Amino acid sequence: MKFYPASFKLTPAGDREILIEREFDAPRPLVFDAFTKPELVRQWLLGPDGWTMPVCEIDLRVGGLYRYLWRKEATGEEMGMGGTFREVVRPERLVATEKFDEAWYPGEAVDTTLFEEHGATTKVRMSVLYTSKEARDTASRSGMEHGIVAGYDRLEKVLASLPVQK
Amino acid sequence: MKEAAERLDTTFAALADPTRRAILARLATGAATVNELAEPFAMTQPAVSKHLKVLERAGLISRGREGQRRPSRLEARRLAEASAWLEQYRAFWEASFTRLDAVLRDLKGKKPRRR
Repeated sequence: MKFYPASFKLTPAGDREILIEREFDAPRPLVFDAFTKPELVRQWLLGPDGWTMPVCEIDLRVGGLYRYLWRKEATGEEMGMGGTFREVVRPERLVATEKFDEAWYPGEAVDTTLFEEHGATTKVRMSVLYTSKEARDTASRSGMEHGIVAGYDRLEKVLASLPVQK
Repeated sequence: MKEAAERLDTTFAALADPTRRAILARLATGAATVNELAEPFAMTQPAVSKHLKVLERAGLISRGREGQRRPSRLEARRLAEASAWLEQYRAFWEASFTRLDAVLRDLKGKKPRRR
């Protein structure tokens, strides 16, 4: 099993929400910039090695659009998503809709990102809130369901307790 | 690819239920019959059987036959597949955040020079 920094959390909350938490060793305005300036975002929001972000457009104002496109350089595989900003309060709060190009759930999810100042560090708390029960249920079938995430720790223990398969 | 995705759908639907996850956790400690499973979960045998059918269809367990007994066994490989999918989701964010740490270090280093 992989090791994650203790400050990294991915947990369910309520019926249709997933929370992601992480602390960063930098002042809040810098962290906010890193989340909202395209030339910074495209340096880190890449997931596992091998992906680049050829498109990263952010119109940071209420009603403004953003658009991300990722490409796996080895295969040319692409994945895109985008949405609209609903709230922009620098440097503490962002609310935006999100929808993947090949969304497997109806409707848009709403992402809320909070930047909390803790001395010289900043805690980022993100929430992904599905807009309907239907969206959440569809998402659940694709593995994003809160129960699965909640059950993850348990599954991890289950897997750890299993003999190695040959 | 599509087949694999559909198989994962079935697996995740089966895993979405807390009772079924608890049953899997119990089976991780060894094979068990419907009777043996019904007791700790305070459930009727038909209710347990229903859950076992869903888990079997999802490939998460197999059911053998030992005389009159039909013990259920955990199919670890399928569970590992499902967990791997989640691992990817977590890995996306953790890999990104680790990169962000480096970006922020860089930004902090540049800041004083600008002034």
